[in-house]
Amino acid sequence: MSATMTEPKTDICPVWPEWFLDQQKAASADYEATPKPTRKDEPWRFANLAAIDLSDFQAAAPVASEGRLINASEGLPEVAARLIFGNNVLLHQEASGLPSGVVFKPLEVAARENEELFRQYFMAQPVELGSHRYAALHKAKLTTGAFLYVPKNTEVALPIEIFHWVEGEHASVFPHTLVVCGENSKVTVIDHFKSADGKRAFSCGVNDLHLERGAQLTYVAVQEWAPESLAFHINSTVVDRDASATALAVNFGGGFVRGESLSRLVGEGARSEMFSLNPMDGQRQIDQRTLQDHVAPNAFSDLLYLNALDGKARTIFAGLIKVGKKAHRTDAYQKVRNIMLSEEAEANSMPGLEILADDVRCTHGATSGEINEEELFYMEARGIPEPTGRRLILNGFFQTLLARLQSAPLRAHLSRLVSKRLGVASSEE
Amino acid sequence: MNTDTKPVKPEIGIDRSVGDFRYDVDYEYDAGIGLSEKTIEYISNVKDDPDWVRRFRLAAYRKFQDMPMPTHWASDDLENIVFDNIRYYLSQGTEAKRSWDDVPEAMKKTFERLGIPEQERKFLAGVEAQFDSEAAYSNIKAAVGEQGVIFVGSGEGLAKHPEIFRKWFGKVIPTGDNKFSALNSAVFSGGSFIYVPPGVKVTHPLQAYFRINAENFGQFERTLIIADEGSEVMYMEGCTAPKFETATLHSAVVELVAMKGAKIQYVTVQNWSANIFNLVTKRGLAHEEAEIKWIDCNIGSRLTMKYPGVIMKGRKARGEVISIALASDGQHQDTGAKMIHAADETTSNIVSKSISVGTGRSTYRGLVHVPKHLKGCKNNTECDALLINSHSRTDTYPAISVRGQGNACQHEASVSQISEEQIFYMQQRGISKAAAMSLSVNGFVNDLVQQFPMEYSVELKRLIELEMEGSVG
Repeated sequence: MSATMTEPKTDICPVWPEWFLDQQKAASADYEATPKPTRKDEPWRFANLAAIDLSDFQAAAPVASEGRLINASEGLPEVAARLIFGNNVLLHQEASGLPSGVVFKPLEVAARENEELFRQYFMAQPVELGSHRYAALHKAKLTTGAFLYVPKNTEVALPIEIFHWVEGEHASVFPHTLVVCGENSKVTVIDHFKSADGKRAFSCGVNDLHLERGAQLTYVAVQEWAPESLAFHINSTVVDRDASATALAVNFGGGFVRGESLSRLVGEGARSEMFSLNPMDGQRQIDQRTLQDHVAPNAFSDLLYLNALDGKARTIFAGLIKVGKKAHRTDAYQKVRNIMLSEEAEANSMPGLEILADDVRCTHGATSGEINEEELFYMEARGIPEPTGRRLILNGFFQTLLARLQSAPLRAHLSRLVSKRLGVASSEE
Repeated sequence: MNTDTKPVKPEIGIDRSVGDFRYDVDYEYDAGIGLSEKTIEYISNVKDDPDWVRRFRLAAYRKFQDMPMPTHWASDDLENIVFDNIRYYLSQGTEAKRSWDDVPEAMKKTFERLGIPEQERKFLAGVEAQFDSEAAYSNIKAAVGEQGVIFVGSGEGLAKHPEIFRKWFGKVIPTGDNKFSALNSAVFSGGSFIYVPPGVKVTHPLQAYFRINAENFGQFERTLIIADEGSEVMYMEGCTAPKFETATLHSAVVELVAMKGAKIQYVTVQNWSANIFNLVTKRGLAHEEAEIKWIDCNIGSRLTMKYPGVIMKGRKARGEVISIALASDGQHQDTGAKMIHAADETTSNIVSKSISVGTGRSTYRGLVHVPKHLKGCKNNTECDALLINSHSRTDTYPAISVRGQGNACQHEASVSQISEEQIFYMQQRGISKAAAMSLSVNGFVNDLVQQFPMEYSVELKRLIELEMEGSVG
């Protein structure tokens, strides 16, 4: 990273309050002081550390045409509100279907206008899955992001949509989404991460989800960075009593993506579903680390990660279910499935369990295999050529995961994206 | 040597080092406390090592010095091993004398419950050497000797059969594999050397129990088993009875080589006393169509770290690990398996069951590796953990790397508690809660226990009953 990147650009974010700028200075020092990860660090086992070279990235310049990116921000047909960011700057903001009391605004505005909420929830969870250094970098460089607060007993009927664009060779962006769901509230959020020009870029993003008692949240991140990009996606979810979170990460792009997802179940009866869908090809690598942290008793968590590996793709999945001493009657599941499509692909799976309570039901599984020859044969016998047959089977593999999302329009949208990515006709059209 | 400093502690039972059974020796050997190049030279001199073994030991010692403790992934408890307080070589002259009265009551009771004969109890408690087993050992040795099988101590093996020994020694587990294999390579003594000629199916299971009883357990034993083409052998070590020792570190290295079409089964049942660090490296090399099966049961010890492995080097080779671990109060069983697929159509299977009782902690750590350009490799891993009390702990840390298509790996693990319904059902029929619990635990491991030789499986069941007794309430 060049010298210009290491000093917070106070000039381009004059709207942050003074106290936050102080936090950023501390974060910058924290970044400098935290050593780079090594493969001896357990959270970086199998990791390709050579890929994390930030030296050729620089601060992103303002985007060339705001209008073009706003027009290109195609998402769901109907949304309650949208925020569109390009190269760390807010480009567009609209809200038509937000119930009163819902706060949906850029982070720096929330830091001033909703200071209490912001201080309570902003990056409140420690980064435990290895990328503390990069979370500190994110905080130090942050200029804007999305802040959503849904108050108690409020339901947002239509999904809320956020776009994060990056443009320019070697540009760096620091996307951030913070969602706070008040008691018994309900909302669906979709985050899009997109490249404007297909050029190699660097993204270091954080998104945090907080669910108070009885809240229901569906959160989807669709990552479509350019194929040579380097990206960190650091997520945490905190689920309180009887609340229910469903989070799905779809990774279509990125050359090297490190994803860290932590879900902490802090109240009885909390539920957390963690999904990821990764069609991998070319030289692309994805390194995902997850933690299902059961603190409270009687909670439920379910993780399902699906990888299809073609070309020289490489995946790492390291997941841990941790059941604390007091988390009796925990119900936790974790599963990663790898479909190997080529000779050169490599899948590494480390599904882990740490159980300190008794009276628990935990299972985890990892499978690596290839496309079922009998299914292919069946299709070939019906005149479907092999390459098409393979894509259809993969499409079916991913659609099973999408079927677990509650929102029909969201399911349809993602289904179309997956089918498009795999080059098969969508069943939704 | 320095025997005038209080005859050690009740350090060990008897002679734990000499490769051969030699009770008539009149020397007293003791390499002193702590480890240095001098200690290594001393061991080499006592054992009259050939030059290549001397060089091997010294090189291993330097490696051991250079290698860090693996605490970045393993238990921090390893830091509590004080290498300078350990005796690395002891022989008969320095043995601690202990009388039957010194043996803890709990242990005597265990012997009784397990139905261990009077004579054996004394040996196991370190009160006296069990000379009877010499006869048993000679009988087996004579019986298998007729088939051309070599079954001797590793010291005798390297002295009398260097042409076979040297070819494979240290080849399956290189000295620098890990810090403790390096330590073993520097100070090893004791252990078995077995060679089975081509086509020979060894009729007797080879019981290390008898041979080792005759010369004592090795603290740093080194075992090498070579099954030549098409041969079959089953080897058993350990016993279910607790072995009472105060030596705190046991670090063995076991290497198996199965040539084309050979089969080796290696059965271990270990029940160390609760102060022992048991850090063992075990690995087999399976050539074409060969099969290596580790059946491993770990009970007791303070910390056991043991991950038997199979490198499937030849086409259609097969590796299998069947593992039972029981971690009682204050114990940590960190066990698992390593399966390295290095040829087409190789298959491996890992079945691990662990039980954590009281504050016990059991950990499964596994590695499955399928490199690219291989076809038709299959691995199946199942690990199930049972938690008995609310302070019990269990962890599972598998790592599965698969490159390329045309292979299949599946891993499944589950953690559960004893079923309340089962207990209720049995209590309703007049079975006490404790008995119901031990029945339930025995049911949990039953399918694996079946794979142990008869006498072991009977003793194992009794042992589980014993361990469960104190855990209810």
